[in-house]
Amino acid sequence: MSDFLRNILRLVVFILLQVYVLNKIPHLHRFITPYIYFLFILWLPFSVSRMWLLVIGFFAGLILDYFMMTPGLHAAACLLIAYVRPFIINILTPKDASEFNYREPSPKAMQWTPYAVYVFILTLLHHGYMIFLEWLDGGRFLDFLIQVVATTGISMLLIFTAELLFPRKLKFRTNTA
Amino acid sequence: MRNIFLFIRRYRTFFTFLTLQVVALWFLFSYNNFHRAKFLGIANEMTGRINTQYNKVEDYFTLKAENQRLHRFNDSLLNLMPRNFMQRDTSMKMTQDSVSYDTPGNYRRYLSRPATVVYNTINAQKNYIQINRGASQGIKDNMAVVGSDGSAVGVVVNVSANFSQVMSLLHVQNSVSASLKKTGEFGTAEWDGKDPRYITLKRIPKTEEVKKGDTVLTSPVSFNFPPGYMVGTVSDIKLDNTTGMYLLKIKTAANFYNLQQVHVIENIEYEEQRKLNAETKKKIEQVKKIPR
Repeated sequence: MSDFLRNILRLVVFILLQVYVLNKIPHLHRFITPYIYFLFILWLPFSVSRMWLLVIGFFAGLILDYFMMTPGLHAAACLLIAYVRPFIINILTPKDASEFNYREPSPKAMQWTPYAVYVFILTLLHHGYMIFLEWLDGGRFLDFLIQVVATTGISMLLIFTAELLFPRKLKFRTNTA
Repeated sequence: MRNIFLFIRRYRTFFTFLTLQVVALWFLFSYNNFHRAKFLGIANEMTGRINTQYNKVEDYFTLKAENQRLHRFNDSLLNLMPRNFMQRDTSMKMTQDSVSYDTPGNYRRYLSRPATVVYNTINAQKNYIQINRGASQGIKDNMAVVGSDGSAVGVVVNVSANFSQVMSLLHVQNSVSASLKKTGEFGTAEWDGKDPRYITLKRIPKTEEVKKGDTVLTSPVSFNFPPGYMVGTVSDIKLDNTTGMYLLKIKTAANFYNLQQVHVIENIEYEEQRKLNAETKKKIEQVKKIPR
């Protein structure tokens, strides 16, 4: 399966999962909305150019937005993590060897600790920015902080569960391909 | 000049990021102000189709609750049938007065249309319900939506060709005029965004006598809702000492967890009422400006 097709499929699955499962289930608490759809952006191949990352991020967010009737909210947050992603990857991956041995970010490609940091920073940015935009409408600052921490926590849990349950079979990138 | 172009070229990802970010924020804030989303018409048709497919499956899980609601509502209608009422004395007979000037001239003020909920959330601060009827089926903005058991659900805020978006009672910007059944006092029902089972009724003065379990109905002064539809029952009474008004916690009559079939109710005189209201405000403003 080509990278392109694989990522389109992933986007569809993540959006459907987010819209019909995670946003529908009764939540533990009103603060805690589990989010996983942005994992699509985290899993995009290394080879995607920064410009394309922005465009893809924007539209991925916008698709969810139109389902949730919040035009622009998720798009803005996804755009932010799509913009920051290359910087984080540059910092976290060792320059010399393994940088482009694998196609896309994964625990295997980046080692568990750097990958966890990568996921954590982007999750925090995504939730922080999104909840900040929601909070502008009104609300207490403490609520905002609790909400960011709680949603980030539950989303991290979901992402690592997904990583452990569905390990992606990633081929080495070779010159012959 | 050349340097500017070089500068833009060099930081073009950053500028793209900024531009798209501005576009996203523009979408977001223009939507909050006007209840109008950019490109929502097309998007609503698309999400509506997908939601309809999903809804075909989901409906099975709420069938039982829906059936019970419908049955109860039918029962209440059955109780209104004239054949339930008898006259005790055969010598007295009720007749319809046929004199034309005495018969009250009834006319239709509200019109109901059936619709099915295709998507509904309760977890957000701003919850919307998508229904499978739109402009082509005569749905317009500001029509009231009630559940299959006659409980207030929300108000239509956006319409595309075949689908509409309904602002649910569980929306922090929502405010519906509601009245106590016992005394008829009006208040405003709002949602604080916390518990999807409860909304708050404000602006009932503390001189009113309110008890737990009192029924709250849609009020006769509402432009959207016909009077007498159930909003909920009082479950907790608090007094706001600064304003001398009650803060009544209302358990909603509609169960937002499993909404399925709804009625969209049109107030045929809505335009006229709204226009009169707006013109009155304008007139009063003008009167104020005249020096006395």
